[in-house]
Amino acid sequence: MQEGGAQGGRPLVVLRGVEKRYAAGTLAVRGVDLGIGRGDFLSLLGPSGCGKSTLLRMIAGLTAPSAGAIDWPSAPHDAKGVAEPRLGFVFQEPTLMPWATALANAALPLKLEGVARSEREARAAEALARVGLGGFERAYPRALSGGMRMRVSIARALVTRPDILLMDEPFAALDEITRFRLNNDLLEIWQETGFTVVFVTHSVFESVYLSRRIAVMAARPGRIETEIAVPAAYPRGEAFRTSAEYAALCRTVSLALGKAIEGRHAA
Amino acid sequence: MTLAPGEAPTPLPVRRVLGVAAEAWPRILMPVLIGALSLGAWEWAVRANEIPPYVLPSPSVIWATLLRDWPSLSVSLWVTLQITFAALAVAAAAGLALAILFAQSKWVELSLFPYAVVLQVTPIVAIAPLIIIWVEDIRLALLICAWIVAFFPILSNTTLGLNSVDHNLVDLFRLYRASRLQTLLHLRLPAAMPYFLAGLRISGGLALIGAIVAEFVAGTGGRASGLAYRILEAGYQLQIPRMFAALFLICIAGIAIFLALSLIQHLALRRWHESAMRREG
Ligand SMILES: Nc1ncnc2c1ncn2[C@@H]1O[C@H](COP(=O)(O)OP(=O)(O)O)[C@@H](O)[C@H]1O
Ligand SMILES: [Mg+2]
Repeated sequence: MQEGGAQGGRPLVVLRGVEKRYAAGTLAVRGVDLGIGRGDFLSLLGPSGCGKSTLLRMIAGLTAPSAGAIDWPSAPHDAKGVAEPRLGFVFQEPTLMPWATALANAALPLKLEGVARSEREARAAEALARVGLGGFERAYPRALSGGMRMRVSIARALVTRPDILLMDEPFAALDEITRFRLNNDLLEIWQETGFTVVFVTHSVFESVYLSRRIAVMAARPGRIETEIAVPAAYPRGEAFRTSAEYAALCRTVSLALGKAIEGRHAA
Repeated sequence: MTLAPGEAPTPLPVRRVLGVAAEAWPRILMPVLIGALSLGAWEWAVRANEIPPYVLPSPSVIWATLLRDWPSLSVSLWVTLQITFAALAVAAAAGLALAILFAQSKWVELSLFPYAVVLQVTPIVAIAPLIIIWVEDIRLALLICAWIVAFFPILSNTTLGLNSVDHNLVDLFRLYRASRLQTLLHLRLPAAMPYFLAGLRISGGLALIGAIVAEFVAGTGGRASGLAYRILEAGYQLQIPRMFAALFLICIAGIAIFLALSLIQHLALRRWHESAMRREG
């Protein structure tokens, strides 16, 4: 695997003029043009209310755009021509089924696909092991810590070996130490596996640490203000977190974010 | 990827005395103590004031009567329990089925739910006479009355449960293109389980009340001879201790039903639901 997968190859998903207006009249997202290549790690960075979740949900197909198009050039399509990309989604909350064990939670997508029990349990156990939860297959969510629940949630998203992993502020509710650890673990899995990540966050530091590319968003109406490349090499570790390069990149992104928010006030 | 030390929570060990969690003992002992003191005071008051048994029998007299009349009272208890459990079973099945129907379409719920409410707010004493006239078989009539009373909490609770599923989980099921049936079986029904069981626990007591109230309405003309019939009969014959003995059996039956349903609830939910967690303090 090249570091972090191939960038700039065939685009996995292309957004053109995507807009979302809610029934209440809120223009949550306007004029988004965005291409996401295979193996990319893209962060959507912006203040709360700038339409990050809305944009991510549109990519996931959970909400339809009011205007514009989202194309999946290389994904299979169903009989009606609707794209059926292999998606993994991680919410801000772990969103586990409390009545099911870690194994059953991680196996859910396979169960819904109709995969036979023995196979789905083997694959779910493998996914749990990959997120560091080997030995916790029989545990119920209630018995797990917040960080471990989020790991189960990630295992569930990875179990179908998705093309793209969509994450909506997945670590925002965790303490910083756990968050750093999960950041590292996520990068490690991403490098091993080479799927694509779209990562929503409101943390400059998190976006710089993780991503190859950052789309800085502004609110009212929600839009992508600018895109910033993060040229630092992978694997990134604690040494990167304390490097001058990291500090300089954070400063650049902070300034861009500040400008994006300012722009809103000026308008 | 490995878990860091200290990331996994360690469960606290529970101290047990005679198989019951140490903390739970006061919850068992205190009500028993209050009950024993009250019975003692009652016994003393009756003896000290020489109150005749046809006004207020003492607990010891009631107990003696219960033992003496056990053959006939136990038959009546059995009749009442049969009606109660049959009504509860039908209420559970019908409540669950109707709640599932409601969950399929907002229109069905909008159209039918008000009638379920009408059924609920109409006093059972007011409709019991009609049902007893219309339905030939008295036991079946009593069962219907008990069912009417027991039905609503199960329906309304389960409906609430089916609708209060985590929205993100619903989205997740959509994301994986789950069918309606899959969403019902693997998401909505398990999520509604605690609500259904809470409804069942309420309905257990109500079914017993319904069965007894309806039998009171049926009067001594009724041929069902459950516990309410025994109370009416004893009342006419001024056998007050026997009335109390029948009343005592009704209380015991009610408590037993409540405890049994609580146990079912606990066993079904203990692994995952907050309501079944050990309470602190
Ligand atoms: N389901 C919805 N209906 C109406 N308005 C919504 C809905 N979801 C989000 N919004 C509005 O759209 C805007 C963007 O929201 P969101 O995408 O959640 O932003 P973010 O994730 O960046 O915090 C906000 O003003 C929010 O109030
Ligand atoms: Mg959001």
